[in-house]
Amino acid sequence: MSILVVIDSAGGTIKKASREAVSYASQIGGDVIALSLGDTPESELASLGKNGASKVIAVAGGFNSIQETATAVAEVMNSASTEVLVLAQSAKASAVGGRVAVKLGGAMASNVVSLPDTSNGFVVKTSIFSGKAFASVTLNKDKKVLVVNKNTVEIKEDGADASVEAGAVNIPDSDKNITVTGQEKASGDVLLTDADIVVSGGRGLKGPENWGMIEDLAKALGAATGCSKPVSDMDWRPHSEHVGQTGIKVAPTLYIAVGISGAIQHLAGVNSSKNIVVINTDEDAPFFKAADYGIVGDAFEVVPKLTEAIKAL
Amino acid sequence: MKVLVCITHVPDTTSKISFTEGDTKFDSTGVQYIIGPYDDYALARAVELKDSNGAVVTVLNVGGAETEPTIRKALAIGADDAVRVNADPIDSLFVAQQIAHVAKDGGFDLILMGRESIDYNGGQVHAMVGELLGIPSISPVMKLDIDSTKASMSREIEGGKEFLEAEMPFVAGCQEPIAEWKIPNMRGIMTARTKPLNVVEPVSEEAAITYGAYEMPPAKSGVKMADSVDQLVDMLKNDAKVL
Ligand SMILES: Cc1cc2nc3c(=O)[nH]c(=O)nc-3n(C[C@H](O)[C@H](O)[C@H](O)COP(=O)(O)OP(=O)(O)OC[C@H]3O[C@@H](n4cnc5c(N)ncnc54)[C@H](O)[C@@H]3O)c2cc1C
Ligand SMILES: Nc1ncnc2c1ncn2[C@@H]1O[C@H](COP(=O)(O)O)[C@@H](O)[C@H]1O
Repeated sequence: MSILVVIDSAGGTIKKASREAVSYASQIGGDVIALSLGDTPESELASLGKNGASKVIAVAGGFNSIQETATAVAEVMNSASTEVLVLAQSAKASAVGGRVAVKLGGAMASNVVSLPDTSNGFVVKTSIFSGKAFASVTLNKDKKVLVVNKNTVEIKEDGADASVEAGAVNIPDSDKNITVTGQEKASGDVLLTDADIVVSGGRGLKGPENWGMIEDLAKALGAATGCSKPVSDMDWRPHSEHVGQTGIKVAPTLYIAVGISGAIQHLAGVNSSKNIVVINTDEDAPFFKAADYGIVGDAFEVVPKLTEAIKAL
Repeated sequence: MKVLVCITHVPDTTSKISFTEGDTKFDSTGVQYIIGPYDDYALARAVELKDSNGAVVTVLNVGGAETEPTIRKALAIGADDAVRVNADPIDSLFVAQQIAHVAKDGGFDLILMGRESIDYNGGQVHAMVGELLGIPSISPVMKLDIDSTKASMSREIEGGKEFLEAEMPFVAGCQEPIAEWKIPNMRGIMTARTKPLNVVEPVSEEAAITYGAYEMPPAKSGVKMADSVDQLVDMLKNDAKVL
């Protein structure tokens, strides 16, 4: 079996989720080819060999729209004769995968949380109902598209560098139908969707003027900041920080929830986190039931102390 | 301008999820159904476009007769008419094919969907419909303004926002803050009863994927409570090993 993995990078650095996706593909067994669309440095791309890629195809240039990206990916799948496409979950992964699946007459599964079981067909476990349940799904076509959730496998780091070769794709003009007129970077030093640690605040913080202590804690931890929906609805924080069912879904190693009650819609965005810490004045707050560690206390006392203790480590 | 809004009929976000028949079927006993929250944003924006751009709004659902109360609610919120493709939504590709079939002959300028459904969370039907129709699919769209045949939008990208323009027709997968959810008013509820809801039969297509057994996530092993900040730091350092 031959597997293609599409790589995302930011500022010339390959994203952790992409390294996970390559590690995932290498555990399926078979030849793993990584595809980079954009301008990531060759030495960085070669390091994907450590995660299990045998070869990296680097296609230079900008691929802005979902449509152009899907055309490029489908072309490489055909020219490299790969059967399985692996994408790391991201803002556009499922959309790109959906178009590729249609182009190739393939089968697709999103929110994949297990390696495929190929003992009887090609079966994966997927997360459904926003993380409240799992389904086992059989992909019934020759070509398969898998969008894999974060934290599904550990990153493999033991291989040698991979060879990097330049690739070219031919994007028809009919696919170039979107004009990008500008971009705006989200505030904060660490990107919420990629963050290894997230510190989130809820309505318990009483007002936007109290976010300094959340930012201080985040800074001490090298974390991104998030919030609950009412907090962004009231414009205390930008919408891009809103975590949950109708916001960003995060999957960090450590999620710290401060003054958030733990409504089911908020939990839907955090239940892939490895460790959840809850800080709340109310010992009956539902979030404690979903947490790994907790402390009953006033955020205004606990958070500054915690920040100091972490800085002292 | 003609706008098609595709809505899902899904368990209320607070529903307890469980399965029956040896974990092979979703147990709908006692479950309240709603319009998918992201589809509700798409619908709200479409209804606003009626006022601002004179849009005519059709809602579409692929589902059995049990989804009609949800479709009527969309009509009460302000859609002008509705189509129900009479079939179980067996997988994303099947659903996309049904939507593309209805859209092909409908002359729609804009197809609005949710960024993802909240039952299967695929985030892919809008893209599949775009591909089947050979038009752009843009998601997740957070702002959408129409000026004659051109739309300007903003969408979420990794690490921020992107502003873009596209000519209609295209498909958009919507999310907040594109519009505020709307609740039906009395007049809406009255008129919804008499608005057309056309039931059409599906085009035959096979599913590309099949669902087997369902399972629930393992229960959390129980929260470890700290009595002091020092103890919490110790737990994170030596038990969780994350510091
Ligand atoms: C369709 C739908 C979708 C939704 N999607 C989302 C979503 O994506 N994300 C989301 O977050 N919500 C979502 N919600 C809203 C959700 O139901 C809750 O209303 C929301 O998460 C509550 O936010 P909160 O915990 O910040 O506020 P509250 O529920 O008001 O909780 C505040 C908490 O702070 C604690 N507190 C108060 N003072 C202090 C203090 N000094 N120190 C420490 N703790 C303190 C309180 O004990 C309480 O537990 C959605 C709702 C619906 C209907
Ligand atoms: N059965 C359906 N009927 C109508 N629209 C649907 C259906 N399933 C999905 N959609 C639309 O496609 C969007 C994305 O769904 P999904 O790819 O399942 O996450 C939803 O938000 C709806 O707008």
